[in-house]
Amino acid sequence: MIIKVLGSGCSSCKKLEENTKKAVEELGIEATIEKITDFKQIMAYGVMKTPALVVDEKVKIMGRVPSIEKIKKYL
Amino acid sequence: MNVITQIFSWINNEILKMTWLSNLIRGLVENVFGLSIKERLGGSVHFFIYDTIKIFILLSVLIFLISYIQSYFPPERTKKLLGNIKGIKGNILGALLGTITPFCSCSSIPIFIGFNAAGLPLGITFSFLISSPLVDLASLLILMSFFGAKIAIAYVVVGLILAVVGGTIIDKLGLVKYVEGYVKEIENVDAEVIEMTRDDRISYSKQQVKDVFHKVWLYVLIGVGIGAAIHNWIPQSIIETVVGNNNPFAVLLATAVGIPMYADIFGTLPIAEALFQKGVGIGTVLSFMMAVTALSLPSIIMLSKVVKPKLLAIFVAIVSIGIVIIGYLFNAFSFLLV
Repeated sequence: MIIKVLGSGCSSCKKLEENTKKAVEELGIEATIEKITDFKQIMAYGVMKTPALVVDEKVKIMGRVPSIEKIKKYL
Repeated sequence: MNVITQIFSWINNEILKMTWLSNLIRGLVENVFGLSIKERLGGSVHFFIYDTIKIFILLSVLIFLISYIQSYFPPERTKKLLGNIKGIKGNILGALLGTITPFCSCSSIPIFIGFNAAGLPLGITFSFLISSPLVDLASLLILMSFFGAKIAIAYVVVGLILAVVGGTIIDKLGLVKYVEGYVKEIENVDAEVIEMTRDDRISYSKQQVKDVFHKVWLYVLIGVGIGAAIHNWIPQSIIETVVGNNNPFAVLLATAVGIPMYADIFGTLPIAEALFQKGVGIGTVLSFMMAVTALSLPSIIMLSKVVKPKLLAIFVAIVSIGIVIIGYLFNAFSFLLV
């Protein structure tokens, strides 16, 4: 599974990355987490409000930081 | 009729102005600290505690409510809504959507690029970008609490007019060539708007309250501190000379000081309130608040990444001139509002 965290480096983007890492660990699944900070790449997903979570090239979350439990459901 | 008026004045005094809180803190200052609030020290202690608590209560309640409403209007949806409308109607809708779309200066670049890629005229994008930080539902309620309903509504209306007129001027000037080249190359992608459940919206709103709290508490305390100083320690004569109604440059000065400042409406309010209570013109006070919220160094730096200096300068000039005009108009017609 390829997970991407889209965000330009704001504090909530870091929080989403942390929560995602924890969710992956707790589920014990194989996944790579990439951080995308380049605007061109972020825009390629049509996301205008960061942070966003992309799982296997599908945008799952935009503009908010859900709890670890919620993130698990998207993985 | 009488009953209705009474209900409204009760809501205004007890809920928005929080008169009960003022009385409570007065009791605390007078009985526990043994200070009279008519005196300088007691007065500033009262102002500081009362304003801090009041702002934090308003902040928590309002940000929660507003975020809940805003969760229905992500920028991705706004982009689609605006895509079908041309001309001045587009500017008006852009300005209106600016008031309900969540905004922070960190998202202005993706919004700018996204709107541009979707083929929205530059003017509509700017109408949105002007109104978004300047006017929102929270500012309407907060201004009611501090300055009363008339001034609050007048602020929102002129803020929207500024956004519509500013965007229209930018459109008419034909400035598209001053958008950075790489922005034009980005293709439009419509992300599917992900529907949130009620739980999602509630947790999103709670998160927003936490984030905003985290971001602004220091500004609020500084703002209340400055407000308390203006309220009780800086002599009336100095304030009158610098920003009083007899100084024809008061509005200009208030705008110029406000532009580079980075704070949101919560941090600016106590300063604005104290100035207002000291008899500074309502136009001068509003120009200051508008300048602080609409333009700031961080947001200007952000925009400089997507537009060339000429367009950036025109944008800043239009908004600043607009704010100055609004300030003088409010001062001239203040007898209608105060």
